[in-house]
Amino acid sequence: MRRLLAPVPIAVLTAIVALVALLAYGLASNEPERGVEQALLAGEREPAPEVDLPRLDGNGDGSLADYRGHVVVLNFWASWCKPCRAESPLLQRWHERLDKQGATVLGVDVQDLSGDALDFVSEYGLTYPMLRDGPGDIRDDYGILGLPETFVIDPRGRVAAVARRPVDEAWMREQVAPLLKERT
Amino acid sequence: MRKAVAILLAALAGPAAATAADCPKTSLGDIEDEVMCSICGTPLGLAAEAPQAQQERAYIERLIADCRSKDEIKRALVAEFGEAVLALPGDAGDDDGIEDVLVYVIPALGILLAAGGIAFAVTRWRRAKTGPTPATAATDSSRVDLDMERYDL
Repeated sequence: MRRLLAPVPIAVLTAIVALVALLAYGLASNEPERGVEQALLAGEREPAPEVDLPRLDGNGDGSLADYRGHVVVLNFWASWCKPCRAESPLLQRWHERLDKQGATVLGVDVQDLSGDALDFVSEYGLTYPMLRDGPGDIRDDYGILGLPETFVIDPRGRVAAVARRPVDEAWMREQVAPLLKERT
Repeated sequence: MRKAVAILLAALAGPAAATAADCPKTSLGDIEDEVMCSICGTPLGLAAEAPQAQQERAYIERLIADCRSKDEIKRALVAEFGEAVLALPGDAGDDDGIEDVLVYVIPALGILLAAGGIAFAVTRWRRAKTGPTPATAATDSSRVDLDMERYDL
């Protein structure tokens, strides 16, 4: 017992415990946030994490809270992301439909060069509001691992649907259209 | 005629050569080890195929062609992607920054102190384990007596 309480075994033990704790912390901190999906599976809707970012065109800031009371299709994208190119025309068509009913698509350009992103917006003729998150801090809040990802936010600011892949017409019809009848 | 063309070419090439000489000697290879491909989570030099890495490289090459220095390019990347784009710990996008030095000095000091502490603890433990030899004990005892005599208690 006295041998175990000697400084060298204690130092070795402390080092091993510290390494294991560091490993556990690393694994836990890399686990993506999936509370939104768990709530949806339980038939509940979680409040959407706050989005408060500069506008892509540089004209001040924009926020998800600006659209409270309206359905928002929140789309995370980047100009270097090939699937984002495929879904952008669909999102633009849906924005034109939604706009007439007081809803909107809200784009968030993530970890992208602002010049390339503006070229992308111009190339695809995207008219919906665009925010920009150069450092990509928003990814942790929404548990984003890849791009594109799309979240449908109900009029009360809660997440009503998630697509962690490119969206298609069928998904938009199924997830977005019914929400338009909801009021705050 | 040939002479006139040569003079004309020299006149045209002169400013271009001067501009190239004024350009800081920056290369993509020099920068890509010091910045991150932020979405890949690796230094840019290791992210060969990622689309964001290719976009970032193209951007750096445009800035090099635009005669920007290494620090200017790093600052431009920070403006686009935030501080996390800098791969070196404490890199403030400025090679003369005090953070660049402190970030290496402080951990080195910490490691030295910890090593010193461990060495000290191990030495004391080994001494305590072996215990004083009778000869040492006698020497110590006489030294204590001498020390005590110096104090007027």
